[in-house]
Amino acid sequence: MEKTYNNKAWLLVIPVFILVALSAIIPIMTVVNYSVQDTFGGNKFFWVGTEWFTDVLRSERFHNALGRNLLFSFIILCIEIPLGIWIALAMPRKGIWVPVCLIMMALPLLIPWNVVGTIWQIFARGDIGLLGHTMSLLGVDYNYTNNIFDAWVTIIIMDVWHWTSLVVLLCYAGLVSIPEAYYQAARIDGASKWSIFRFIQLPKMRGVLIIAFLLRFMDSFMIYTEPFVLTGGGPGNSTTFLSIDLVKQAIGQFDLGPAAAMSLIYQLIVLLICYVFFTVMSHVGTDRPIQEKVE
Amino acid sequence: MAQITLDKLAHSYLNNPKTDSDFALKEIDYVWDDGGAYALLGPSGCGKTTLLNIISGLLVPSKGRVLFDDRDVTNFQPEQRNIAQVFQFPVIYDTMTVRQNLEFPLKNRNVPKNEISKRVEEMIEVLDLGNKANLKARGLTADEKQKISLGRGLVRYDVNAILFDEPLTVIDPHMKWQLRTKLKDLHRQFNHTMIYVTHDQTEAMTFADKVVVMYEGEVVQIGTPEELYDEPKHTFVGYFIGSPGMNIIPVDVVGNQAKIGNHSINLKGDYASLTGKVELGIRPEFVSLNKIESGIPVQITGTDDIGRFKIIHATIDDFEMNIVLNEGQSIPSNPYIKFETSRINIYQNDHLVRPMINGRGI
Amino acid sequence: MLELQNLSKKVGNSIHINNVSLTLEKGSLYVLLGSTLSGKTSLMRLMAGLDKPTSGDILMNGQSVLKTPVQKRNIAMVYQQFINYPAFSVYENIASPLRVAGIDNNLIDIKVREAADLMKLTPYLDRGVLNLSGGQQQRTALARALVKGAELVLLDEPLANLDYKLREELRIELPRIFAEAGAIFVYATTEPQEALLLGGKTVTLREGSVTQFGKTIDVYNKPTNLETAQTFSDPPMNVIPMQKRGVEFTFSYGQVNCPKNLQSLPDGSYSIGIRPHHLMLNQTEATTLKIEAPVSSTEISGSETFIHVSQGDLKLVVLTHGVHRVGISDQVVIYIDPSKFFVFDQHDTLVSAPNVGIA
Repeated sequence: MEKTYNNKAWLLVIPVFILVALSAIIPIMTVVNYSVQDTFGGNKFFWVGTEWFTDVLRSERFHNALGRNLLFSFIILCIEIPLGIWIALAMPRKGIWVPVCLIMMALPLLIPWNVVGTIWQIFARGDIGLLGHTMSLLGVDYNYTNNIFDAWVTIIIMDVWHWTSLVVLLCYAGLVSIPEAYYQAARIDGASKWSIFRFIQLPKMRGVLIIAFLLRFMDSFMIYTEPFVLTGGGPGNSTTFLSIDLVKQAIGQFDLGPAAAMSLIYQLIVLLICYVFFTVMSHVGTDRPIQEKVE
Repeated sequence: MAQITLDKLAHSYLNNPKTDSDFALKEIDYVWDDGGAYALLGPSGCGKTTLLNIISGLLVPSKGRVLFDDRDVTNFQPEQRNIAQVFQFPVIYDTMTVRQNLEFPLKNRNVPKNEISKRVEEMIEVLDLGNKANLKARGLTADEKQKISLGRGLVRYDVNAILFDEPLTVIDPHMKWQLRTKLKDLHRQFNHTMIYVTHDQTEAMTFADKVVVMYEGEVVQIGTPEELYDEPKHTFVGYFIGSPGMNIIPVDVVGNQAKIGNHSINLKGDYASLTGKVELGIRPEFVSLNKIESGIPVQITGTDDIGRFKIIHATIDDFEMNIVLNEGQSIPSNPYIKFETSRINIYQNDHLVRPMINGRGI
Repeated sequence: MLELQNLSKKVGNSIHINNVSLTLEKGSLYVLLGSTLSGKTSLMRLMAGLDKPTSGDILMNGQSVLKTPVQKRNIAMVYQQFINYPAFSVYENIASPLRVAGIDNNLIDIKVREAADLMKLTPYLDRGVLNLSGGQQQRTALARALVKGAELVLLDEPLANLDYKLREELRIELPRIFAEAGAIFVYATTEPQEALLLGGKTVTLREGSVTQFGKTIDVYNKPTNLETAQTFSDPPMNVIPMQKRGVEFTFSYGQVNCPKNLQSLPDGSYSIGIRPHHLMLNQTEATTLKIEAPVSSTEISGSETFIHVSQGDLKLVVLTHGVHRVGISDQVVIYIDPSKFFVFDQHDTLVSAPNVGIA
């Protein structure tokens, strides 16, 4: 529906505009500023053009961090999406248990992220943590602070615990909107549970799954707080994701130039992948005109 | 194919139904013949969808039994009853082509591959979907999708009955016409028991061999379209069937005369003395409008011209009624009406009363 | 008075409304008749101001209202799905447009009760709207539309979701209500019967274009082209392609002498339209055309019988009074009076229509 033109609307937008300008636009412009300049100290900056960008793109450190991010997001998506769908399918759609399940699913999402990191930090500790202690009782050699594999496993499990609920709630919303008649027709057709999933539920969840995918990809690719609190980027730099590396450079080393350049590149990568993904997913399996044949 | 028996069937959506009005479906005993085409006709909320869902197995009745042939299927799921159902809106598998949609029920029942192709090709032919068979079902029009829904039921070998829940709701009037005729043809060809729920009396009357008229959870009359048209057993049936419905006018009946105010109308026989609410029912098609001063004078309050006939709204004293005038006939300036005697029905407390034979009432 | 001037609406590559020009007078009822995708809803949305046209103008009482936002235009709209404020009672629902306009409470009360009385809702005024039946909810929506005293009331298939009998009842009430309200009423429907019962003037739409505009019964009796004739016919009009040679019409299964008024038509191919109830099963003096064909199916609707015949590519529907039990594949003889022909030329334009007798 086209909205009619209304000048009063602009007045309502100005306060938001000011806030966004102060908290987002101006800082971003500052970052862009830093990314094309260098300093010898004493607050004097000079133009270096795209030098920082080429430096970052060539640096091995950046490549490694990027690689870690991609691997992490890939694993996360492979686990959380199917798991989320599976849990959503198992949740009841009618009755008293519905609100109970919904609240249980929502709980992990409500916890502040650094608290999540801290919970798992303690949980996984070998001496006082329930998980860590149980592992050592079972005879498993588990230490997330000095074993790379253990650190990764812990971070992944922590993220799955934290964020799968989001996928669950989105998929649940999609499932609940399927009219009962489809299930009835499928039963009458003698369809197996798997067929019902494949031919009715999955296609009808397409919209929400796209959103779930996008959200989880973006969030996991930009992850900072939880791994930072849990491992601080260690052991060594095995869990130093792009965001953590960025902060190290900017605030730790005070290399504003390369840090600014890296953050812009980071942002562009996220935008690019999301755009490509969204475009592809929106066109897969959409309505084609009747004249077009399907092989 | 099966004979469907309803044995003292009743249903309430409440846990502890006490009074009659707690029941959405009041007690019904009926046997549906194998291979018949039936319609469940009634206004919204009359219980027809409840009854359909009990027959299909989507609802378990609170009282009574449902039998297919001699098997008690009351507690059986739909898939165990071998029925097919077509819903109000087309239910198709979006990701499959038309052909795959039709193959689906057979594949699930492990029918051998060449049987499937044969059967599906036949069905595509019968449903006139030949040129669209390889297209994704999602892109088709509403009536084509409904045909696919129907096809999935017809394609099976083991169907006891096909149930339709107001299937023409989303279809345009022009296609409604064609689809209705198609359903009738299919019924003739395949001879399945078909039960069709609708609130549209034209659909019900043209499709069914027998119509079950329902009102507020009760079956008011079961009969052929002609029976329902000529001799409705209840004033509701008279009103509901026919467009416009039957005229119901309060009268006094003495012997073979009905009196409205000062006017007398001849009846087809002698009636026993009637008490309570006595009414005369006559369809607008059987009221003739004359200029000659014989009959009952009426005041004409309005006219609707719908092309092939006109509906005249008139009043006798204060009672409203309708008269149907065929194409080409004119409205006299001083109108008098006459009722076709053989078509007059008398109702006492809403129920049909027949004239006495040999001095004894029926 | 509402004027639509060369109104068009294009969305991407598809034309939703194609160059529509209409003049709608105050105090009249206009029926928009057409199939589902013919553009009825698009046209109504343009009239309401919910959508902007790609080109053309809309004038209300001589002034262009294109720039006026929909809230400022004095219109009311009723939809197919009974749309009411679910949390309000019937009274509050009907009162809502008046409250928005800031009218004094006493006046609101009078107007609400007036509208409720008109729609026979007085006993339900205090009930929650969702506790009412479908028909009552739609009447509430109608009352809300009327109470505003809007100049333009748009109804988009308002009775489509109601029971058949309820639809009949409301259809009888609606013209009376429209006559009393004095606004411009535009009523969209797909059913020709409904158009005829409502009367007024009809605009037939097909694929975004107006195919005919005139008094409803005139459009029915004299459709200017084959498309309008088909849109306005339920059951569908029978069409037989025929050739005229001299004083005869010939077609694949027979021939017939032209009636006097058609004899002067130029020779050539024509499409002959005949309404199903003009195909007779008994011969009279006037029925000079005889067609014999096998029955393909019959439908009995209590007082009438529809007999479908099919021979090669000739498919006809006969509508007769009374109950006729004919078997499938039985031969029937159909008699037609040629004075009842609708003659359409090769461009599907009407050349001649039957006189339907004195009304």
